[in-house]
Amino acid sequence: MKTIAIKLPDVGEGVTEVEIVEWSVKVGDEVREDDVLAAVLTDKATVEIPSLCDGKITWVAADVGEVLAVGSDLVRIETSDDVNIEEASSEPEETKTPPKAEANPEPKAEKPVAAKPMVSKPAAAAPSSSASAPRAEGEAPLASPAVRHRALEGGIDLRQVVGTGPAGRITQADLDRVFANPTGQIGSSNNLIRRELTGETDIKINGLRKKIAEKMSLANERIPHITIVEEVDVTAIEELRAKLNADRGDKPKLTLLPFISAALVEAVKTHPEMNAHYYDDEGFVRRFEGVHAGIATMTDNGLIVPVVRHAEAKSVWDTASELARLSTAAREGTAKRDELSGSTITITSLGPLGAIATTPIINHPEVAIVGVNKMVVRPHWDGAEFVPRKMMNISSSFDHRIIDGWDAAVFVQRLKTLLETPALIFMGS
Amino acid sequence: MSDKKCKLLVIGAGPGGYVCAIRAGQLGIETIVVEEKEPGGTCLNVGCIPSKAVIHAANEFEKAVHNTTDNALGIRAEAPSIDFSKTIDWKDGIVKRLTGGVSGLLKKAGVEHIRGRANFVDGKAIEVTTSNGVQRIYAENVVIATGSQAVELPFLPFGGKIISSTEALELQKIPKKLAVVGGGYIGLELGMAYAKLGAKVTVVEAESHILSQYDKELSKPVEKRLKELGVTLHTSTKAKGMSKDGKSLLVEADGKEIKIAADKVLVTVGRRPNLSGFGLEDLSMKMSGPFLSIDEKCQTSMRDVYAIGDVTGEPMLAHRAMAQGEMVAELVAGNKRVWDKRCIPAVCFTDPEVVSVGLSVADAKAAGIEVIKGKFPFVASGRAMSTEREDGFVQVIARKDNHEVLGIHGVGAEISEMSASFSLAIEMASTLEDLALTIQAHPTRGEALQEAALGALGHALHI
Repeated sequence: MKTIAIKLPDVGEGVTEVEIVEWSVKVGDEVREDDVLAAVLTDKATVEIPSLCDGKITWVAADVGEVLAVGSDLVRIETSDDVNIEEASSEPEETKTPPKAEANPEPKAEKPVAAKPMVSKPAAAAPSSSASAPRAEGEAPLASPAVRHRALEGGIDLRQVVGTGPAGRITQADLDRVFANPTGQIGSSNNLIRRELTGETDIKINGLRKKIAEKMSLANERIPHITIVEEVDVTAIEELRAKLNADRGDKPKLTLLPFISAALVEAVKTHPEMNAHYYDDEGFVRRFEGVHAGIATMTDNGLIVPVVRHAEAKSVWDTASELARLSTAAREGTAKRDELSGSTITITSLGPLGAIATTPIINHPEVAIVGVNKMVVRPHWDGAEFVPRKMMNISSSFDHRIIDGWDAAVFVQRLKTLLETPALIFMGS
Repeated sequence: MSDKKCKLLVIGAGPGGYVCAIRAGQLGIETIVVEEKEPGGTCLNVGCIPSKAVIHAANEFEKAVHNTTDNALGIRAEAPSIDFSKTIDWKDGIVKRLTGGVSGLLKKAGVEHIRGRANFVDGKAIEVTTSNGVQRIYAENVVIATGSQAVELPFLPFGGKIISSTEALELQKIPKKLAVVGGGYIGLELGMAYAKLGAKVTVVEAESHILSQYDKELSKPVEKRLKELGVTLHTSTKAKGMSKDGKSLLVEADGKEIKIAADKVLVTVGRRPNLSGFGLEDLSMKMSGPFLSIDEKCQTSMRDVYAIGDVTGEPMLAHRAMAQGEMVAELVAGNKRVWDKRCIPAVCFTDPEVVSVGLSVADAKAAGIEVIKGKFPFVASGRAMSTEREDGFVQVIARKDNHEVLGIHGVGAEISEMSASFSLAIEMASTLEDLALTIQAHPTRGEALQEAALGALGHALHI
């Protein structure tokens, strides 16, 4: 029987040290040749380290999360195999320098060695054989002026950084390791510290994003918004929608949007002031007979607003087909120019992310926008008991220069009535 | 005069103030520096630089005198003489060149120098009395860099015979008998220089040994040289005042009064910060003893008011002030900086010179750090022998557990020039091994550093 050390093999070009991410063995375990001992993480990949012989583990080098240098001892195995591996030296590398105060592993054990709990050892991170001297509380970390300055600017507290240089000196390479960790977390899992992240990335705003930015600024700078949030019981309209969808055949599936579009068409009949453009520079409002509903749509490139033309002349099915076609075109970037302009009123919906309330920005030069919030089942007091109802908020903004608060409120109530009693949408009032 | 506004106002253009202003100007900060005299402060005008000039002249003269007697090199020279007023003119020329150079640097950096005396109106406004009237300046940030002046003893007020270091550098004649009160570095530098120039010098020191801030080991070679130069040294002796006839300095040792005949009495018993007489008292700044209290960013207790240099306490050294000034300029520019220096070298330009960087053995002991040390005497240096200066040594002090170099000290001829490597070694967080494994040019005095480190590791080569 002899005790051999299995060293951390060269796991890849340029890799000088690895982090232990998982131990497959512990002290006392019997292993067979090629059994996985541990998984280690290089900066590129996770690599499994196999055993080179049969035997019993007597010592492991580090805890999970600690960093080991390539070539340093990973485990020590008591084996009777005749393997061509040098025996574990009686002077473990780490003890070459005096200040280490750790329990030395028992070398050349002739009899089974009691498992010895390894103390957490920051010096295990040292690729050199030098050890990091324990720094007393309040003692300044050992580092050159350039390293100290870089740490200060990078928001790193050097007292938390393990120095791999002689006498525990913190080197530029030690800092590199800290900076290379994008989460800002350094140290092992049981000694987790965080550094301040001070990086800044400038992103050039151009193309569609610039257009959106300009449009939003224009709308927000010029239009004094008034936003009204109202609760709508959509149980009935949802039942109707479910029914229509169940029997839809090869028609496109109906979302709530075509219904909202239809409700808008109905509502603007009594509120024509909402379906309008305000040309503030020229000093007039243009009201439209036809309803061209802008549908705010999220694409990979950002927000665009395809337009369902003449919504007043479309059934919910027609609107659904048109919506499907337009949103696909918008997302694929094949929408034509006139399909993305000329709306007279806009609907914005974030779907399941719709939140409780939003403050939509009006699509200039329009005067109204209807925001659709998230639908949820809420308990509703019907006078005798709580009943579950499908509830949804609508958050609508109006150009307060043209639309008075009273009119806005009346319009929102009209929308609410229509959506709560869908028959009214289709029968006309 | 119309009011001025600026981002940074520096009061005092000494080494701290002018460096701060230059760096701030380089960083694009609108900066005004107020200084009533030539820029450069004590250091350039009446301190470091002129004293080094006088010391150099004294060394040269002493060499010439030395060569009139029988000497090892076999040089024969006739009795030399010195036209000391010419020496002083030469010294003044150097001062003028340097202060002119600083003015040029300030201008180049775009810094406005307003000549006059500053007076605080409040923390962010000062009035400067200039030759054209009173100028009011409003500043977002203020740096107090007003320096220090020689401490006056009540029983030996400056004037006439009794002089401070400033007057000692402006003497037109070498005094025949010079009494120096205070055996610190300023008194000894000047006392030794005048001794070499032919004055009969007596040094009076209240402590039991000269250069009391240094270990005795370091001051011993200086003491020896003082004796060689014929300087009389009275330690544990207190100055009492002038004799009635004004011809002698009265001192007291062991309860006995001694009369020291003197043409000039140079009083060098320390320096005190210039913090009064310009409205600062009214600001109720937090103090630390006689000095302004500052944090690790040189900020005083008042927001955006910084203090640098001698007004902030010991060590009162130009290079400390410069580093503080540079840091403050960076801070005002919005950059991250903090005072994290590991060492500030201290040099004493006596003969031999003394350099002290980092911790002494006593400091380390007080901090509870176990140390090892290595020492290399110049008597074993070929370069020292061949320049006839074998006195002195270099000592390296390191932590016992990890060999981190904590202090490097030395005494020897021209050892001031070695302070560069001493400071660098400590600031770079070197270990003994770093010093031992760095090749030093042969034959130079710098080899002593490597040898001392090897000595601490137990295997010096040349001793």
